[in-house]
Amino acid sequence: MKNFLFTSIGKKVSMALSAIFLMIFLLQHFLINITSVFSESLFNWLSHFMGTNPLVQFILQPVLIAGVIFHFVMGFYLEIQNRRATKYEYQKERGGANSTWMSRNMIWSGLVILSFLVLHFIDFWIPEMNYKYVEFLPDDPDRYYEELVHKFENPFRVSLYCASFVLLALHLLHGFSSALKSMGTNKSYASSVKNLSLVYSIGIPAGFCFIAIFHYIFH
Amino acid sequence: MKLTLKIWRQKNFDTKGSIVNYEIDNISPDMSFLEMLDVLNADLILRDEDPVSFDHDCREGICGSCSLFINGQAHGPDRRITTCQLHMRKFKDGDTIYIEPFRAKAFPVIKDLVVDRSAFDRIQQSGGYISINTSGNTQDANSIPINKDDADDAFDAATCIGCGACVATCKNSSAMLFVGAKVSQYSLLPQGQTEASRRVTNMVNQMDLEGFGNCSNTGACEVECPKGISLDNIARMNRELIRASINK
Repeated sequence: MKNFLFTSIGKKVSMALSAIFLMIFLLQHFLINITSVFSESLFNWLSHFMGTNPLVQFILQPVLIAGVIFHFVMGFYLEIQNRRATKYEYQKERGGANSTWMSRNMIWSGLVILSFLVLHFIDFWIPEMNYKYVEFLPDDPDRYYEELVHKFENPFRVSLYCASFVLLALHLLHGFSSALKSMGTNKSYASSVKNLSLVYSIGIPAGFCFIAIFHYIFH
Repeated sequence: MKLTLKIWRQKNFDTKGSIVNYEIDNISPDMSFLEMLDVLNADLILRDEDPVSFDHDCREGICGSCSLFINGQAHGPDRRITTCQLHMRKFKDGDTIYIEPFRAKAFPVIKDLVVDRSAFDRIQQSGGYISINTSGNTQDANSIPINKDDADDAFDAATCIGCGACVATCKNSSAMLFVGAKVSQYSLLPQGQTEASRRVTNMVNQMDLEGFGNCSNTGACEVECPKGISLDNIARMNRELIRASINK
């Protein structure tokens, strides 16, 4: 098994596993955030639970950060390896004739998502860590909704978030089905994978955009 | 037809190549692409110039010898054909055509448009076979019942001619479609089961040793493959290797 992880297929499978893990996280993140649209109290309760539960804070959160770092580092590593394997550029190449833009530019959409994550950490995660573990401010279970709404008052930030979600959708449109193919899914599931991929890759980023725009317009 | 050809010329592996322009006239639309190159070479020989080297053999789409990256696509603009099956009627009078060798670190250029694809031979030698006794007691293959779907899939995989268009087309120069097809054609059949684990492990290891890139499932290889080898073969190879690693 150790040797397997160092083969090209092993690296591909580990990349796919980290992608599937991140997609599951993204789904739960969306399901919590969407509650802010219809119930302030439910959003506050869920956020407080996630922000104070020791299992989430000290086990799931570090695993998530490790998963994000692994996915990006592995992505860059494979990109460098692939560029070395191609060696030369063609004088004329028509990539669009046989593959989608998304599949050929995963590294660029990934870089935009990485930049977005830096912004997202500065906006939410770092202030949260500062609140709880640096300044040791008193526990306030009702602060989360106000903090969220306050962030989306700025139209520039809302636009930046939405633009990043478009790139996330493009990344997922190839990444979702690619991860499942890498895991060796049988061709009999091809149609279901394609439909699920479309629903997830467009639905989740569109939902996140909706949340940002909703709070900008109504608050 | 009158054409401008932009052809990659390279003396050998150690020298740097470049695109050289050639004007060519009196090309019939009924000529095959390779016949058009034959005409160019006849011209070059008459002018006492070095003819363009390119690979070819059967000229009927079976041997996998002809290669060429034509106008940005492996085997040219048509689907499910090799370069020898491409005809000049696919181009218009006055067109400019780029002709380049298949490019990958694992396919070094030997001369001009000829590349060394022996990496594929070494992958095959590492496990692309079945070991059976052929000393006169060979069992008739038809006496072993095989599921029709499996037989069809194995046959489809076996149509791979090893031309290397998948590698040439892949932005990562990955050989996984080729290796996936070779793994599948045996592992789908009962005769190939005995050595299945060893086969996939050895072939994938050899593929990695040769310096091919990683597959990112763009699907370009499947589209450009002259035999229409499906990406399902890559997924099957992934399953086989995962299974082989767990059962080790």
